[in-house]
Amino acid sequence: MAKKNLLDPKAGGFIEHDHNNDGIDRRGFLKCMAWAGAGALCVVQGGVLTSRALASQMGSEMKPHKMGELTFVQISDSHMGFNKPANPDVIATLQAAVDKINALPEQPEFILHTGDISHLSKPSEFDNVDQILKATNKEIFFVPGEHDVLNDEGAIFRERYAKNSKGQGWYSFDKNGVHFVGLVNVMNLKAGGLGTLGPEQLEWLEDDVKHLKHSTPIVVFAHIPLWTVYPEWGWGTDDSAQALSYLKKFGSVTVLNGHIHQTMQKVEGNVTFHTAFSTAFPQPAPGKAEGPGPMKVPAEQLRSVLGITDVNYVQGRHALAVVDSPLV
Amino acid sequence: MRRKLFFTASVVALSLALAAVVILHPTRAKSEDTKTASMEVRVDNFTFGPDTLTVPANSTVTWVNKDDVPHVIASNDGLFKSKALDTDDKYSYTFTKAGTFAYYCSIHPKMVGKIVVQ
Repeated sequence: MAKKNLLDPKAGGFIEHDHNNDGIDRRGFLKCMAWAGAGALCVVQGGVLTSRALASQMGSEMKPHKMGELTFVQISDSHMGFNKPANPDVIATLQAAVDKINALPEQPEFILHTGDISHLSKPSEFDNVDQILKATNKEIFFVPGEHDVLNDEGAIFRERYAKNSKGQGWYSFDKNGVHFVGLVNVMNLKAGGLGTLGPEQLEWLEDDVKHLKHSTPIVVFAHIPLWTVYPEWGWGTDDSAQALSYLKKFGSVTVLNGHIHQTMQKVEGNVTFHTAFSTAFPQPAPGKAEGPGPMKVPAEQLRSVLGITDVNYVQGRHALAVVDSPLV
Repeated sequence: MRRKLFFTASVVALSLALAAVVILHPTRAKSEDTKTASMEVRVDNFTFGPDTLTVPANSTVTWVNKDDVPHVIASNDGLFKSKALDTDDKYSYTFTKAGTFAYYCSIHPKMVGKIVVQ
């Protein structure tokens, strides 16, 4: 893992350009993003974006300090039941993700799983995931991926993971002043299209956030990216723009997705979009292969392209810190 | 022993006869192969191959999934829909009426194809 201290201005860690006068140095942010795959921390503190390698945060050169009032972890795409060459042992890698979570210096309050819990929607696959995740001793919030709703329109998923949800499995909740919204964009997909939220869910979302103060930080989580990453491979959501229009009034919106099995980040105004590692297998970068299927990497490299995402919120601060860290 | 010899001879004779049929009717053998093969759509690398398949009425078309991830075959108008097809799983549907039937993968909707029934 990278040992370079990105807090060192010479290493490009500090904000140097803040053209929009909003505390976000987009050039600095991009530098930070470049480190994301290696486990970097990107955080806005007091309107200042800083970044540092995760190795530094976890290592001795920078003692972990109490950073915020809410820390949670995102995991994604466990694909329990997958057994092809890209990863013949998805149980072991999910287990490694759990070990990683349990070893975090600042323990997360809860976990978000952004879908594709299972590979084939089988109860035995869900059972295995539940059994492994139990070791985190954390509350876990799930949204479905397309692999979780294969043959029953999501009935098993909702029965297990979203009992008190609305419609096809969407819901919201509040934690420490942050409003969380779990959305479903993997059902009723139209031929030739991308992910879909649908009018019923959009209407619910509009209503759900209507009463909230503009200063309330919002975290939206859903399986397929809510920004157009690569439409040729279906990596986007057809009606996400409408969903985001309901969130325009908020000062801080963080959108967390999975599905594409690689980390990616984009900032648009007050919205930070982020996609997480899978815990099962990597997928190629957009357009870098003939198709978006599982990507085989040398066995010794597999765990460097799988991982977890650590998210930190400091009350009164601008945006949430999103940290990706690979399993090794 | 004698019986065994006779049996072997019969097998050889039969094989020769079969070979002769194949050699004498190469076009027939070939056209039958093509007909069988053309009823299949391979789902490979998130595409349907061929993406447009033309068949006579009452043909049974079989989709076979060659990908490492599941796919679901669904017609755009709801006429047919498979269960999730894991690797090497197959799904067949018999087209009794003429027309163009557009379909897609209901979990990867960018994957689209057409069956033209004549």
